[in-house]
Amino acid sequence: MHRTAVKKVVLEGVLDANDALAEANRQRFDHANNFVVNMMSSPGAGKTALLEHTLDRTLGKVRIGVLEGDVQTTLDADRLARFHTPIVQVNTDAGFGGECHLDANMVRSGLAELPLHDIDVLIIENVGNLVCPAEFKVGEDVRVMVYAITEGEEKPLKYPLMFRSADLVLINKMDLLPHLHFDLELFLRNLDAVNPGVGRILTSAATGQGIDEWCSWLMERGNA
Amino acid sequence: MHELAIAGHVVDIAARHADGRTVTKVFLKVGHLRQVVPSALSFSFDLVAQGTTVEGAEMVLEEVPAAGRCQDCGTESVLKSFPLLCEACGESNLQITRGEELYVESLEMEEQQNNEELIADR
Repeated sequence: MHRTAVKKVVLEGVLDANDALAEANRQRFDHANNFVVNMMSSPGAGKTALLEHTLDRTLGKVRIGVLEGDVQTTLDADRLARFHTPIVQVNTDAGFGGECHLDANMVRSGLAELPLHDIDVLIIENVGNLVCPAEFKVGEDVRVMVYAITEGEEKPLKYPLMFRSADLVLINKMDLLPHLHFDLELFLRNLDAVNPGVGRILTSAATGQGIDEWCSWLMERGNA
Repeated sequence: MHELAIAGHVVDIAARHADGRTVTKVFLKVGHLRQVVPSALSFSFDLVAQGTTVEGAEMVLEEVPAAGRCQDCGTESVLKSFPLLCEACGESNLQITRGEELYVESLEMEEQQNNEELIADR
């Protein structure tokens, strides 16, 4: 036997396969005239609590569907079930030991169960994680990041990928501000350092602060 | 740990291009603006490659520093930290030109030929 070493130029994007599937999802969304939000945050930042308020406030004004991504359990979907909104749960643990993010293929697998033509806005609640979801397009129009002020001022600098990719940041748990050593000005400076001028709304799922502004932002785009 | 998912895509790409040949090296470019941890990716790569034609291959990862062209003054700056600012005029109106790479550049493979074929070729 004789072995020859050969070199082959490839020049293929590692995420090209995902991006192609994301584009296919995007075409389905466009066809159904859906405005699609990829909602991302660390675990426990308050995505589901904000969604509860969102579904409550927008009832009868805009038709929202939800795709819930979680490594395991249907707890989040169960919390939202009382709104009688089209909702589908995608668990990522069918993958390699439970993926830490949703990718385009996982989202596609959930779409069959959603009546896309009967909704205006699809909110994809990604797996709670500050790093991984930012790498994977799923076919969204915008990325909305929920950030809780309990996470500290420096997070934009430590996790720039996600903060850079956000189109809107919901700065959540504002009701806790009096109880924390949290410098809001410093956080906003750090946010502007990685994503200059990105849209931001100060919110609290506990007091309802900012929920109207966020819902208006969403309805403006969902009813367009 | 999205390095595991990324490693899975790298192995898929390498195996498809190798088309049955044994892969010895996979050359990968990773920009500094991607939050990819090289050691985690390397570990994941070895794991995911097991049982494929890429098993045992070495992943050679080249990191690409970030750079951007200022939309105001046209200067190209190497970007080392946030905030990303033009080194000439200090503005943040930059078009990123490098640092967002994440692609398989090339493969090194072994092609096997048996001696009879070599003789027949002559």
